[in-house]
Amino acid sequence: MTTKEYESYYVPSQSHWPIIGAIALFMIAVGAANYVTDIKNETSGYGGYLLLAGIGLVIYMLFGWFNNVINESMTGKYSHQMDNSFRQGMSWFIFSEVMFFAAFFGALLYVRTFAVPWLGGAGNNVETGAVLWPEFTANWPLLKTPDGTETTSMGWFGLPLINTVLLLTSSITAHFAHISLEQNKRPQLKAWLGVTILLGLAFLFFQVLEYSHGYSDEMQLYLTSGIYGNTFYMLTGFHGMHVTLGCVMLIVMFFRILKGHFTPESHFAFQAASWYWHFVDVVWVILFVFVYIL
Amino acid sequence: MTINTINESLDDAATDDHHDHKMTGIKRWLYTTNHKDIGTLYLWFAFIMLLTGGALAMVIRAELFQPGLQIVEPDFFNQLTTVHGLIMVFGAIMPAFTGFANWMLPMMIGAPDMALPRMNNWSFWILPFAFAILLSSFFMESGAPNFGWTFYAPLSTTYSNGSTAFFVFAVHIMGISSIMGAINIVVTIMNLRAPGMTYMKMPLFVWTFFITAYLLIAVMPVLGGVVTMLLTDTYFGTSFFDAAGGGDPVMFQHIFWFFGHPEVYIMILPAFGIVSTIIPAFARKKLFGYSSMVYATASIALLSFIVWAHHMFTTGMPLFGELFFMYCTMLIAVPTGVKVFNWVATMWRGSMTFETPMLFSIAFVILFTIGGFSGLMLALTPVDFQYHDTYFVVAHFHYVLVTGSLFSIYAGAYFWLPKWTGHMYSETLARWHFWCSLISVNLLFFPMHFLGLAGMPRRIPDYALQFADFNKWVSIGGFAFGLSQLMFLAVVIKCIKGGKKAPAKPWDGAEGLEWTVESPAPYHTFSTPPKVD
Ligand code: HEM
Ligand SMILES: [Cu+2]
Repeated sequence: MTTKEYESYYVPSQSHWPIIGAIALFMIAVGAANYVTDIKNETSGYGGYLLLAGIGLVIYMLFGWFNNVINESMTGKYSHQMDNSFRQGMSWFIFSEVMFFAAFFGALLYVRTFAVPWLGGAGNNVETGAVLWPEFTANWPLLKTPDGTETTSMGWFGLPLINTVLLLTSSITAHFAHISLEQNKRPQLKAWLGVTILLGLAFLFFQVLEYSHGYSDEMQLYLTSGIYGNTFYMLTGFHGMHVTLGCVMLIVMFFRILKGHFTPESHFAFQAASWYWHFVDVVWVILFVFVYIL
Repeated sequence: MTINTINESLDDAATDDHHDHKMTGIKRWLYTTNHKDIGTLYLWFAFIMLLTGGALAMVIRAELFQPGLQIVEPDFFNQLTTVHGLIMVFGAIMPAFTGFANWMLPMMIGAPDMALPRMNNWSFWILPFAFAILLSSFFMESGAPNFGWTFYAPLSTTYSNGSTAFFVFAVHIMGISSIMGAINIVVTIMNLRAPGMTYMKMPLFVWTFFITAYLLIAVMPVLGGVVTMLLTDTYFGTSFFDAAGGGDPVMFQHIFWFFGHPEVYIMILPAFGIVSTIIPAFARKKLFGYSSMVYATASIALLSFIVWAHHMFTTGMPLFGELFFMYCTMLIAVPTGVKVFNWVATMWRGSMTFETPMLFSIAFVILFTIGGFSGLMLALTPVDFQYHDTYFVVAHFHYVLVTGSLFSIYAGAYFWLPKWTGHMYSETLARWHFWCSLISVNLLFFPMHFLGLAGMPRRIPDYALQFADFNKWVSIGGFAFGLSQLMFLAVVIKCIKGGKKAPAKPWDGAEGLEWTVESPAPYHTFSTPPKVD
């Protein structure tokens, strides 16, 4: 280890992007809070606009901030060590996302193994079942809640299976794109990355289609359809949001590649986007098993 | 580290890009990427929040001075306890520690700055906005959140008031801030240590912040998840915490405490780090059992993930659960005991002097241990049925958090004030602060143990007559403690304005890279890394 490596650690000069980002986040929070409050009280207010303005400001901030970073990187200000910082930062960020999903998967497993059986009188809860919810029988998927809301369940065959295949394939194509980049085969890189993006978009399309089936009169599977509908929509919904974000990242990478960015040695941003993509893929597999199949 | 290739394409110009000029005025603070500036911001923010949360506590104690309702309505009383707790946990203790991390970590490991300086700025500046949102709910029609800092469902869902959405989004921002701050700490420590500083050569302070940061990354997202479920339950008709839809209100507690228990260690591990730095300095001996301290910290952190349900003994868990969580909780007392033993062993036969940082540290060791013992009592399932939700619990967590975490923060502040400001603080005034705080804090919290054992419930604005005498003394202690903290403000302001010039190393037993640079520490330290061997 030479000291040279350390001398070149780049500490950026003052930046106005973070404070803009802080203001944007403030607008999003206040906007969203007002918005949901208005929905609940059936009143109207400015919340939605503030929310949109905040999101707009975040996008502006991200462009500006990343532009700075990209310029610094392209002009060779970053050392190998800086690259490491980014990589480690991204991996811990993904880990925090894993824990966010863990909370929802935890909730799913808890209701399935404890809450629902207990409501049906399992364990030492015979009285709970008999006195509070005499009509209720515990099942999973929970198609009839204790208070009598009925719904139907989403099978794993059909759209979910197709989506699984799409997303798994896209993880492989993303990997091929990465290999092409490392071997400096630019045309293959563009092709594989393009395919990955298309697969991701197809996934999102089918997901929307599946939701529209769920919300149809036949299925009557709503967000409000008891704990089955809750966990179904919250898990697939948050996953879908992450796929959307992943797609946006990949598309940005695609344009940067068209502009000639990234070299076989230095391509942190691409790497981060592809890690993120593998992460949403893994979450989907777990989701497919626990939400759809089992 | 195995990097031995130098990226040749790097031009040396990169080094010259360091901004030696600071911006002036407000822009310096808004745009800063400097870890010392950001550390200062965190510390001042934490202190302002401490005074804000303290003001709420003064109203609480005024109401509880006598039995009967005198000053506030019960609902407003609940808002006070709720916001007091939230502010102290997320606004005072946690940001204060992040402030220490920002100021000290780069200097202690010989790094030029935090690894991701712009993100560092962002993590700080979103915090004041989060608390602005939370505090603004006091001025809303519905009033502030009133369901306790633990926001149990269904109090926070079915029966919550109109400001719940504001609470939820404020907590989201606090969570984002903590996660980003923690990622920065982890990356800085993993990646920016000076050559030769291996993990087992890091100061213990660095270790404790390292492990705390991992805890934060692991549990803050879970807090985000649980407030999200609360939001959809309250506003979008889901029933995660509603048995009628197949959910379970007790599930709320499981998810919350899965976050919540590691959270209490997030608030104490850095305190261990600070105290483990100060005691050797004033005992003029090396820290006793450095590596056992590292392993103890790590095992406390790991165990903290499997003890959460000790907060839920009375919820009717299956017997196996009660026993499992009881034994695991008692197990944590072992590594904690190792720490206390090591602190005492460090002082044993040391040539001790008792400057204010040392006074606060010794008080920490004794009073934190009292808090640990009451924790152990609470960990016994059968007796917790008696203690749960009484003032005994309040006494327990104030001993660990006020005389534990907060005292360590004061100890650390006095210890490093000379480094931060370049001046010595007034030892006389500081001692006044210490002794007034020490006496009043015990008057404030010690009688709470007895109130709790006698059955006084927590979070109630009124109480039965037999509790009146003790509550009067507790309130007097509370007011005195609150006022004493203003002395700290005076010491700090005096110290910033002037005072005896501090040498590079004002404490002769102190060790560490931060003492090799002049006082006040220059705006940029270690642009070239020091050699550690
Ligand atoms: C020796 C280690 C400890 C043990 C065995 C322990 C045990 C417990 C138990 C069993 C409870 C639940 C009491 C009840 O609600 O009935 C509790 C509550 C609490 N503990 Fe500890 N504890 C320990 C250390 C700490 C530390 C270091 C902190 C923070 C710095 C802390 C903060 C809290 C808080 C804030 C609560 C109350 C939460 C609430 O209900 O509002 N504890 N502790
Ligand atoms: Cu606990």
